[in-house]
Amino acid sequence: MTTPIIEIENMTKTYQLGGDVVHVLSNVSLRIEKGDFLAIVGPSGSGKSTFMNMLGCLDRPDSGSYFLDGREIARLNDNELAVIRNEKIGFIFQNFYLLPRLTALENVELPLLYRGVKTKERQKKAYECLEQVGLLERAHHLPSQLSGGQQQRVAIARALVGNPPILLADEPTGALDSKTSQEIINIMKGLNEQGHTIIIITHDWEVAKQAKRIVRIQDGHLFESRGDLVGISSVD
Amino acid sequence: MDIYLKAGVISLEFLQSIKMAMRSIQGNKLRSFLTMLGIIIGVSSVIVLISIGQGSSKAVTEQINQLGTNLLTVNVMNSDIVKLTVEDAEKFRKIAGVKDLAPVVSGRVNVRNGNTSTQVSLIGTTASYETVRDVQVNQGRFLSDIDVDYRQKIAVLGANTAQTLFGIDNPVGQYIQVDGTSFKVVGVLASKGGSMGQSGDDVILLPLSTAQRLIKNTNVQTLYIQGKNAEQLDWVMAEVERTLMRMFPDHQDSYSVFNQQDLMDTMSSVTSTMTMMLGGIAGISLLVGGIGIMNIMLVSVSERTREIGIRKAIGAKRKDILLQFLIEASVLSAFGGVIGIALGLAVGQVLSKAIGLSVSYSVSVSLVAFLFSLAVGIVFGVFPASKAAKLDPIRALRYD
Repeated sequence: MTTPIIEIENMTKTYQLGGDVVHVLSNVSLRIEKGDFLAIVGPSGSGKSTFMNMLGCLDRPDSGSYFLDGREIARLNDNELAVIRNEKIGFIFQNFYLLPRLTALENVELPLLYRGVKTKERQKKAYECLEQVGLLERAHHLPSQLSGGQQQRVAIARALVGNPPILLADEPTGALDSKTSQEIINIMKGLNEQGHTIIIITHDWEVAKQAKRIVRIQDGHLFESRGDLVGISSVD
Repeated sequence: MDIYLKAGVISLEFLQSIKMAMRSIQGNKLRSFLTMLGIIIGVSSVIVLISIGQGSSKAVTEQINQLGTNLLTVNVMNSDIVKLTVEDAEKFRKIAGVKDLAPVVSGRVNVRNGNTSTQVSLIGTTASYETVRDVQVNQGRFLSDIDVDYRQKIAVLGANTAQTLFGIDNPVGQYIQVDGTSFKVVGVLASKGGSMGQSGDDVILLPLSTAQRLIKNTNVQTLYIQGKNAEQLDWVMAEVERTLMRMFPDHQDSYSVFNQQDLMDTMSSVTSTMTMMLGGIAGISLLVGGIGIMNIMLVSVSERTREIGIRKAIGAKRKDILLQFLIEASVLSAFGGVIGIALGLAVGQVLSKAIGLSVSYSVSVSLVAFLFSLAVGIVFGVFPASKAAKLDPIRALRYD
């Protein structure tokens, strides 16, 4: 078996809320293989967002280990995490989060800009990715001139442009109608077939059940969709 | 080779950042303009005030230089007590280091040509006056020693006097009435311009002996002494003062001796103090402009928290965000600086045209003002930029 792209062991995260200590994640463990299409589902307050922040290297766990693409990243500093995010993860957000003053093309270029790629190369790759999501002719439009579905496709292109091993989508269809949602999911399926590893965080079962594998999160614990405990709680 | 390549990439990135900064400035034109206004006012007032200061100092220097070179002036304030005769005055020639001297008797006289008459200053002097005071003869000739010796009724007119009496006609060879006596005009001086409240052109010059008789006063009111060189001038001045003290003991208050160089030094120290004060005041307004930039950048940072979060999520490092906001602040202030310089030069022009203020621009002042505005932008941009750079990406992304 190949080494997994993501390997999380006994990850915990607690927050101080007033005087109480809240265990947002309790000894969570998860392995994701290359080329997987994983959906993480859970109600709000389940620790879903926190887990996504951990997966996306936006935050550090209190304890446990996190190997991403063979590299331990749980103890990296802010700048090192920024480099990891830039190289390893393509983010797709619920509200697209495109920069309103930049054109579609410039939005897509952004991750490469922070990687220090030269202008010509950057534009070439950005055009390629826009073509991949079928928005080549809208390259020079501002986000405000695009529909929600188109904006999300631009965001997908932006996530793809750096060729990261993982695409991390946080409620990618949350702001879209069901028809457009399906289009977005289809694009993601296509990308998965091309070999991209995709993780979707969602509360929408219609979306989740199209994934290859579903993981449920509740009260800081992870379960496979069939109900078996994936995260090992600290019972012993 | 590799270094050049890298430098090329960095400058490209830099251009890109400036482009982005311009775009976000354009995104809020009114606010950007109001922010820049502080810098614009600051820079333009620095330019205007320093230009005026330098202009007036230049004008003063020119005026003092017009008096003549290496010049000592002995002024008799109270001619009732200090009766300096022409013979006394000539004694100063013996002092070593004196090149030449010109005694002057003066007064106000009425000059008339036909029906045109005017009041002018009378200067009764000798031929030496021409070199000592460095006057230029425009038409005809200057007074000569023979004129003085034979008490000739001839006159040399100042530029304005000739203009008033003769208009565009050539006055040389014509006769004019000076307090009722007829004089032949032999020369006209070139215009010298005014100096410190006196017009140097509203004058008539007569031979010393003729003038003494005309105004019934033989005493010298002013004695111009020209030194051989600038180095000896202080020594000559001391000697002149000593001689005067011997001639008129206990009456130092009734005459004065001043050195052109001293006057120039005093004036230039006054004007440079003035220039520095004006520049300082303007600099303070530039500082206030900088605080304006900081204020608006802080607002901008909190408005764009989400944007910062997005940028960080897709891999912007602290340095990237810091640089972005720093460049934005710098572009804002640099723009303000450029507009301020243009405005300052324009206002200076208007002032010099409209109220005849002497204005002197200098490239170095403009450059310093520009660099200062840029520095203000950077200094006051650092705090908001570092605030942006330190934002936590998770909080920034969730910020509404």
